[in-house]
Amino acid sequence: MAASDAPNGDVLIRNAFGSVLAFLILLLIGVLAFSIRLFSVIKYESVIHEFDPYFNYRVTQFLTKNGIYDFWNWFDDRTWYPLGRVIGGTVYPGLTLTAGTLYWFLHSLNIPLSVETVCVFTAPIFSAFASWATFLLTKEVKGVGAGLTAAALLAMVPSYISRSVAGSYDNEAVAIFALIFTFYLYIKTLNTGSLFYATLNSLSYFYMVCSWGGYTFIINLIPMHVLLCIVTGRYSSRLYIAYAPLVVLGTLLAALVPVVGFNAVMTSEHFASFLVFIIIHVVALVYYIKGILSPKMFKVALALVVSIGLAVCCAMVAVIIALVASSPTKGWSGRSLSLLDPTYASKYIPIIASVSEHQPPTWPSYFMDINVLAFLIPAGIIACFSPLSDASLFAVLYIVLSVYFSGVMVRLMLVLAPAACILSGIALSQAFDVFTRSIKFQLPSLSDHSHIDARDASSENIVPDDTIKTDKSEDTPKERMTKRSKKKEKEPVEKPPTKFQIKKRLSVLPFEASIIAVILLVLLVAFYVVHCVWAAAEAYSAPSIVLTSHSNDGLHVFDDFREAYAWLSHNTDVDDKVASWWDYGYQTTAMANRTVIVDNNTWNNTHIATVGTAMSSPEKAAWEIFHSLDVKYVLVVFGGLVGYPSDDINKFLWMVRIGGGVFPHIKEPDYLRDGQYRIDSMATPTMLNCLMYKLSYYRFVETDGKAFDRVRRTEIGKKYFKLTHFEEVFTTHHWMVRIYKLKPPKNRIRGKNKKSKSKTSSTTTSKRKGTRRNPF
Amino acid sequence: IDLTSHIIKVYLTLKVENLGTSPASEVHLAFSPAEAEHLAIVKAAATSGKRKKKTYIPLDVKSAELPDGPNGTKFFTVTLLTPLNKGETATLEVLYILTHSLEPFPVEITQSESQLVYFRDSAILLSPYHVKEQTTFIKTPSTRVESFTVVDPAKRAGTELKYGPYEDQPPYSYSPVLVHFENNNPFAVVEELEREIEISHWGNVQVTERYRLVHAGARHKGAFSRVEYQTRPDATGVSSFKHLLAKLPPRVHSVYYRDEIGNVSTSNLRTDYRKSELEFQPRYPLFGGWKSTFVIGYGLPLQDFLFESPDGRRYLNFTFGCPLTQTVVDKLILKVVLPEGSKDPTAVIPFQVDQHLEIKYSYLDVIGRTVVVLEKSNVVPEHNVPFQVYYTFNPIFMLAEPLMLSIAIFLFFVASVSYLHADLSIRK
Repeated sequence: MAASDAPNGDVLIRNAFGSVLAFLILLLIGVLAFSIRLFSVIKYESVIHEFDPYFNYRVTQFLTKNGIYDFWNWFDDRTWYPLGRVIGGTVYPGLTLTAGTLYWFLHSLNIPLSVETVCVFTAPIFSAFASWATFLLTKEVKGVGAGLTAAALLAMVPSYISRSVAGSYDNEAVAIFALIFTFYLYIKTLNTGSLFYATLNSLSYFYMVCSWGGYTFIINLIPMHVLLCIVTGRYSSRLYIAYAPLVVLGTLLAALVPVVGFNAVMTSEHFASFLVFIIIHVVALVYYIKGILSPKMFKVALALVVSIGLAVCCAMVAVIIALVASSPTKGWSGRSLSLLDPTYASKYIPIIASVSEHQPPTWPSYFMDINVLAFLIPAGIIACFSPLSDASLFAVLYIVLSVYFSGVMVRLMLVLAPAACILSGIALSQAFDVFTRSIKFQLPSLSDHSHIDARDASSENIVPDDTIKTDKSEDTPKERMTKRSKKKEKEPVEKPPTKFQIKKRLSVLPFEASIIAVILLVLLVAFYVVHCVWAAAEAYSAPSIVLTSHSNDGLHVFDDFREAYAWLSHNTDVDDKVASWWDYGYQTTAMANRTVIVDNNTWNNTHIATVGTAMSSPEKAAWEIFHSLDVKYVLVVFGGLVGYPSDDINKFLWMVRIGGGVFPHIKEPDYLRDGQYRIDSMATPTMLNCLMYKLSYYRFVETDGKAFDRVRRTEIGKKYFKLTHFEEVFTTHHWMVRIYKLKPPKNRIRGKNKKSKSKTSSTTTSKRKGTRRNPF
Repeated sequence: IDLTSHIIKVYLTLKVENLGTSPASEVHLAFSPAEAEHLAIVKAAATSGKRKKKTYIPLDVKSAELPDGPNGTKFFTVTLLTPLNKGETATLEVLYILTHSLEPFPVEITQSESQLVYFRDSAILLSPYHVKEQTTFIKTPSTRVESFTVVDPAKRAGTELKYGPYEDQPPYSYSPVLVHFENNNPFAVVEELEREIEISHWGNVQVTERYRLVHAGARHKGAFSRVEYQTRPDATGVSSFKHLLAKLPPRVHSVYYRDEIGNVSTSNLRTDYRKSELEFQPRYPLFGGWKSTFVIGYGLPLQDFLFESPDGRRYLNFTFGCPLTQTVVDKLILKVVLPEGSKDPTAVIPFQVDQHLEIKYSYLDVIGRTVVVLEKSNVVPEHNVPFQVYYTFNPIFMLAEPLMLSIAIFLFFVASVSYLHADLSIRK
């Protein structure tokens, strides 16, 4: 196209050269996206991180060992004892299948990488894909230059790095790629009106549905965009082709995923898409009729249709409302509801509120996670409005919605990150475009080429940073590309020379100001790069199962979690049940291969509340609850000796709250002294006698003689006590994990017979017990 | 009899005399069924010369069947260098090693107790011959001996028990003794060790060793208290161990130590030009009955271990056995992975092992690599002797994989070029 624009050999070569350069830059961006995420492997080791990735890892192991059919039918009896969990029907299988496919592919080539290695590196690989998808999407919105800038920004945006470092084997790692790619295909269809891309779009949507529950964001955002287009009078057949196949095919495909199933048509999250589907058909019909009728006839028909249509719509709406209102949560899942009403979770579902990533973010976390992009977004929005196209309208809508969602849940910062990168990429590239053009037109004596060199040299002087070079070298093709795309947009204008003249008049800034602005922009980007590298290296690379600390005498490694899990896996019976707070459930099943009572998939609140109640009960009652659950070992995490802050004592109030939510005899005020949570001598007797306190501090006083807790920075309240129903069987080197064994039940004496009779084995008993003990 | 560790070493000094008429070329050694079961190795040597200049000449030892042995007694035959004529005498040194022969009693101990074990043997040497005079010395690791069977004359001095001398015992006489004593040495037993030695002709020998370690001493009973273990290290958990030492070949590189859930960070490597020592700790201290699994891997320079024999074949010269010191390996599986395209492997080992061949597919293999698998049970450090694996290899196979890769990439480029130049649209 560019060639036909200017049938000049020089330009042709330059364009070919430009696309090769763009390709190389993209390759480098991919390498950057991959390698910036390897800090965790280099600084720590190639290991799966945190909690959820361990579950995914375990599922992947199962998949590679037993095959896909066993995977779909997998009923996991090693978790949620005695209920179990249907894994095949309750996981988003996208990530697992992706890694499994990768593993099979490698093994078919006889490359014997372990499942763990494949899992560890899945996330970095998909981040590279995501940055390429960002390039494609932004290219569709604002041209190649903006695309390259956005891709480079996304490759290292800290928010995304936090979820996709090597080892962070979680759904989000592949889902962000799927999200961006789905949006790209949508925009591509919108721009081309090609049914081919529309089909691809629904397939990509299917992959997204497989990967992450966040697919509801797509199925709400796209209808909103369509609606916005219709309202602003931008309806076209391309819009119809982009939307209608997506809804039909996408919904059908989504219903194939077991975890979604009929939710794809039953829950309120999907209603918006169906509503807009109806609207777009009505609009399409209206446009069609408008086309074949004369204006006068059309008015008559309109009046007729509107009156009938209104009646039908009212009836439909009434039916829908009645349907929705009949379900207790109004058809919305808890997490989605807390999105619409940020205070919902803290009011009704403590289990959602207890997860730190479901809390609203603070201002510093915005700066930490998207850094300078936060300041570039408004500029990007403005750039999107001049000129406003369907695609740029989509970008604007995307950013507005994701800013709102990220404000509700810190976890959804991840959805904001691509939008922020796209808009900042647009803003940066437009700004560079304007400034370099003004520089160029004020240096008529210099040729194009030398001017680029000069600018390159100047920026090299400013930032001698390797990573900057990508940004910098982008500027050259971007400049050309955007110019070219500008040309494309203004094709109706007859003669290029006149257009150049107009442009020159229109947007020329003072020479010095331009130079300074370019330098400032480069500095800004440099700051961003430095921040991202720092964030990747320092803030987001810790695997959280291995902790390190630097002190005067070198590096200390705290490997207590794996010590405890290894001990459990080798020295307990394979069918023993281990009770712990749900945070450690996934890790225990994956690393220690022992059955757990509750885990991080918090699907059964009552069960979790039972464990919470046991932890906050006195020893004997706790023993009875655990014994009724067939528990052999109790695992607690204790940071008091080394000062590890996220231990069970600090999480204890959540156990009390969640336990108390189901079993009313556990009351939060009993554990608080004047509304303050404390474990020192001022603590309440209930607190000092609960199981969690005892298991955490058992014989703690013998370590230093004072029992000084380094996390709470106080001496503990009750120092000398004995355990009657539990015995310590293992404590790790730094005391971070302590494992206790339930003592076997005592021989029944006749007098005690009555009491022990009431111990039967179900959670309902403990509920009954709770109510019985309740004095009120 | 040396009882200081859990590997029991029995040194026999035999002075044999041929009383018969015909020259005897073999001497039979008898073992009771219990001993024979736990017997790891029997070595014999003929001694000659006087005190200062004793020379040992190793002798051939084979297991044998004798018709007149009572109650399933097992025999080994030592072939003498020169047959003994009538009335001649010869002195033999025999070393045999028993594993799993110390029986902990009490079977379960708590953290603060020390480990006591039983040792059962005969005060009188079990022998198919008439024994003129015999003395048995038993060396215990500490002075604490709870009890021992008294078979007069027997006495105890320090860490040594002395039975005998007994005179003129008839063949196959047996006098059971039981020694109950303290032994706090780590009873480190590797239940299964799989060593994989992978040869790459590009200059590396990669060794991967998978251990399944168990503390085979008295089982740990009751609670494990970390505070006691940390504050009173000499009074609690005396029979437990947390350090292990592996002796690796010199010039070892890229050593790793991990288990199935990741790297274990507690290890220490000391290298010098003669040997490398890897001192490492399992994730947790091992008490009686506790288990642990881990993997140690390292790379070695090829030229130290691979040689070319005069007939043009290549051979790998490597150490058999387990690099850990003072450990018994119940089952050792040693796999030598030869490079792809090697033929006719033969293994030369100084003792009896089970052998078979396997095929392994590694990075981009097409026909697979030949694996020589050697299996042996009951391996003690005395088995750490060199063995050889001979094979023929054509160096052209070294280039197979790089060539394959370059052809694949070339084909990919050709495919993309042809795709870009072909017009696949239906409409013209």
